Amino acid sequence: MAMSETLAKKFGYSEKVMDHFKNPRNVGVMEDADVTSKVGSVACGDLIKLYLKFDPDRDQIKDIKFESYGCAANIATSSMMTEMVKGKTIEEARKVTFKDISETLGGLPRIKLHCAVLSRQGLETAFLKYEAKRGRVKMDEPFVNKILRGVLDPVQGVDIISAKILQGTKIEGNKITLDLKAKPDSELAESLTEDIHDAFEGLDVDLDLRFKE
Amino acid sequence: MPCVQPGRFSLSQPVDSEGNKQRVVYLDNAETTRLDPAVLDLVEEFMIDKYGVPAGEFGYKLEEEAGEAIEQARETIARKINASPEEVIFTSGGTESSNIAILGAARSNYYKGKRLITSKIEHTSILRIVDKLTTQGFEKTQLDVDRQGFVDPSSLKANLENARLMSVQHANQEIGTLQDVAAIGEIARNSGVLFHCDAVQSFAKERIDVQTMKVDLLSMSSHLIHGPKGVGALYVRDGVKLEPILEGDGREKGLRPGTPNVAGIVGFAKAAELLTDEDALRMRRLRDELIGSLLAVPDSRLNGPKGDRRLCNNVNVSFRFVEGEAILMHLDLKGLVVNSGSACYSQKLEPSHVIRAIGGTLEESHSSTRLSLSKWTTKEDLVYATETVKQVVETLRAHSPLARRAYQRK
Repeated sequence: MAMSETLAKKFGYSEKVMDHFKNPRNVGVMEDADVTSKVGSVACGDLIKLYLKFDPDRDQIKDIKFESYGCAANIATSSMMTEMVKGKTIEEARKVTFKDISETLGGLPRIKLHCAVLSRQGLETAFLKYEAKRGRVKMDEPFVNKILRGVLDPVQGVDIISAKILQGTKIEGNKITLDLKAKPDSELAESLTEDIHDAFEGLDVDLDLRFKE
Repeated sequence: MPCVQPGRFSLSQPVDSEGNKQRVVYLDNAETTRLDPAVLDLVEEFMIDKYGVPAGEFGYKLEEEAGEAIEQARETIARKINASPEEVIFTSGGTESSNIAILGAARSNYYKGKRLITSKIEHTSILRIVDKLTTQGFEKTQLDVDRQGFVDPSSLKANLENARLMSVQHANQEIGTLQDVAAIGEIARNSGVLFHCDAVQSFAKERIDVQTMKVDLLSMSSHLIHGPKGVGALYVRDGVKLEPILEGDGREKGLRPGTPNVAGIVGFAKAAELLTDEDALRMRRLRDELIGSLLAVPDSRLNGPKGDRRLCNNVNVSFRFVEGEAILMHLDLKGLVVNSGSACYSQKLEPSHVIRAIGGTLEESHSSTRLSLSKWTTKEDLVYATETVKQVVETLRAHSPLARRAYQRK
């Protein structure tokens, strides 16, 4: 198809990327997921939500699904990532790198590599939440930080810790208080509130977000 | 005579994997347009048969022909904007026209101030020229626009101190807002500030009268009105002083030296002639139908104004919960060519500065989809476009976590 070749070429998308974009695998919602993870942000135009079901005896990914708000590369990398890790144990799946995802897709344009990073990040966050739910990791500051690495500063497109938006963390039992640098009631604060709540979805935590400029 | 074979203008139709011809509907006419076949005839004539360039006072026939043709073209362009022919110079296009106007005014008129005023939604090329000048001792003021993209002319008044030039476009390239140029021109003229107007999107499509609009400098382009690429014009009001940005022979009042693009200039004028008020009227009607049918898609929003203050061929709609690049890729697969303000669609990963300036959310800028009509766009094209857009938005929303959550809430 001449026209589509033009646009795909313009972006430097491989045939495989286009195939996964047009016919995404494992796409949709999973009602009975063991864990979910949401990484990226609406503001960046790049967001995915993952649903995973595990075989608890072997820590094996029995099923994985994704939903996407993002560009063709976002859809294709998520689709490929789910294909590559489905059926694998957590230990095996952790060996799949974002480069593996990109290479299996026949390569990604440089400016779209972050999509592969995002899908890999989504997976890691899901594993972390699974382990927390099974009581294998403590919900301490390092854990909270790892979860928050999936929440992006919409302006700079980097996670809110690197962007120095996260100014302080206090954890008492299951109550997590976060101090965030953003004007209260601003577009940024609103977007961060939604993203942070989504990041912790499914975990037994009580979030208190405090915005200050 | 140029040899024009019948059928040479039919768009070659793409073929899918099964060998079926694929329908292509091109709705990206704010990016560029297809050449009018009648223009091609003339361009060919001036490339093959009448290939001279105007020379000095006494020329050969070839040179005379070229010279006369250019002067005729100048008259045509001047008539379209109610200027006199001496006030029109030919350039390589809109970008060059605006460079000559803004850089030329900055490097001349030293008695005036050092402030350059634009709106926040000017074309990137204008914003860049002004940015460049801020590294050379100029200050810039970017005027806010309202939710529809309008500059409040009274906001100009507050910024006149030390101003040398203001550059405010006629029609916006993304959302089609038509500024109240006459009101802006009035303020500029009364305060002695030069007024440049980028009319690249509106020239020959919307009525322009440089007298009543009180414009000093006006940029025009050929390739957006079915003329050849690489040619445009700049209106320079009689008496306005500009320093040339290129040095060379004295052609085009010394402002645009070099061998003129005769065939391009002749083609440009022909294209301007061939785009009529009736064409504009028809596009306006079709535009409103398209806006109506796209706004029937749930959670969609029109960017830019409705009615007479919108450019006749511009439609721009944002669809919530889906991302623009993905929309465009799917539409492209179905043979529908449009444009997007999405950050992912821009190679710099920056969302549309226009949607942001009108107060649109980042989500709205990511999914802003521009469909721009031409004089050849048909009702059938728009029916196909609407159906295709609806389908694609539905497909993407079916897998969007944002859409699912919003619709669950409802």
